[in-house]
Amino acid sequence: MTALIIDILLWGSLIGVGVIAWRQDKAVLTVALRKGGMDFVNIVPRIALGVIGSGFIAAIIPSEVIVGGLGPDTGWLGVATAVVAGAATPGGPVIGFSIGAVALKSGGGAPQVVAYVVAWALFAFQRLILWEIPFMPARFVWFRALVSIPFPFLAAAIVMMIGKP
Amino acid sequence: MADAPLKTETADDGEGAESSPPRKGKPFGWSTFVIAMLVAISAALVWRRDGIDGVWTILLHDISLFGEIMPRVLAGCLLGGLIAAVLPHDKVSKSLGPESGLKGLLIGTAFGAILPGGPFTAYPVASALLAVGADFGATIALVVSWTLIGYGRAVAWEMPIMGADFTLWRIVISLPMPILAGALGRFVYVRVRHRFDL
Repeated sequence: MTALIIDILLWGSLIGVGVIAWRQDKAVLTVALRKGGMDFVNIVPRIALGVIGSGFIAAIIPSEVIVGGLGPDTGWLGVATAVVAGAATPGGPVIGFSIGAVALKSGGGAPQVVAYVVAWALFAFQRLILWEIPFMPARFVWFRALVSIPFPFLAAAIVMMIGKP
Repeated sequence: MADAPLKTETADDGEGAESSPPRKGKPFGWSTFVIAMLVAISAALVWRRDGIDGVWTILLHDISLFGEIMPRVLAGCLLGGLIAAVLPHDKVSKSLGPESGLKGLLIGTAFGAILPGGPFTAYPVASALLAVGADFGATIALVVSWTLIGYGRAVAWEMPIMGADFTLWRIVISLPMPILAGALGRFVYVRVRHRFDL
């Protein structure tokens, strides 16, 4: 259901922007579509490797070790561990969030789990390499990742101040 | 409507670029090699642990996932191409460029939050905006906003797995972060760009 809504929004926006381009100038539409198509062709091999391969990486990561490092008494060291673990977690959103959910259910600390989820969202290494770098200039990607480093810590600090939901 | 001549220019740029296609990343660079090695080692470990059946189960699952994602990747690439062509460069650099101030960061944040789809949309669109005049700060705000407060991943993955309470609470905590990250990015960028040839 959610996937359907996302698809409708995605293709709907594509058609919407396509109509705008077509009304401006038909040549613009053709050139833009051809450029987008070329990007697609260039990117597919990397996406294929990442998507088809990440299941294997996810199957062997020791998620218990990650979960164990996110305990409530670990303090800032636990937050730092969470940030490193978030950056290192391979695989798609199912893996990242599942580890977070298990940590939360098995008594992980809220600041540590939030730091983990935020770090994973901001700079999971595999997503940087497989998705972000193929589409964007590499110097931007590394710069953005470096600038993002303080934010999982900030999120943990906010949680320590305001507490759990 | 007033910037019709500009659009033609955009089209010309596109045509000109076609003879030497600008590559954002090489299809197979060192990073792809690292991932390929990781995949190979992991697959070998899975094989040793679960036998060939274990390998097949994961492989078939991931191939079907790949088939599901492919059309969306295509849509994202086309959307990126179209946005780069349609948006007037002067307006983008005015509202998202280095001089756009807090407003530029807010626009980037809002745009990132409403972007439909996953990484296959966010990165091509962000790249398109960067190409037509957005600065690092506004683009960082967009990417960080998409990843932290965008609804796509939150609704599709985070809520079902982590629960609605956690997800909403995490998003509320994250609300200021795209703007802060964009501001920090801008602050650092103007100071290091010469040194690191950014």
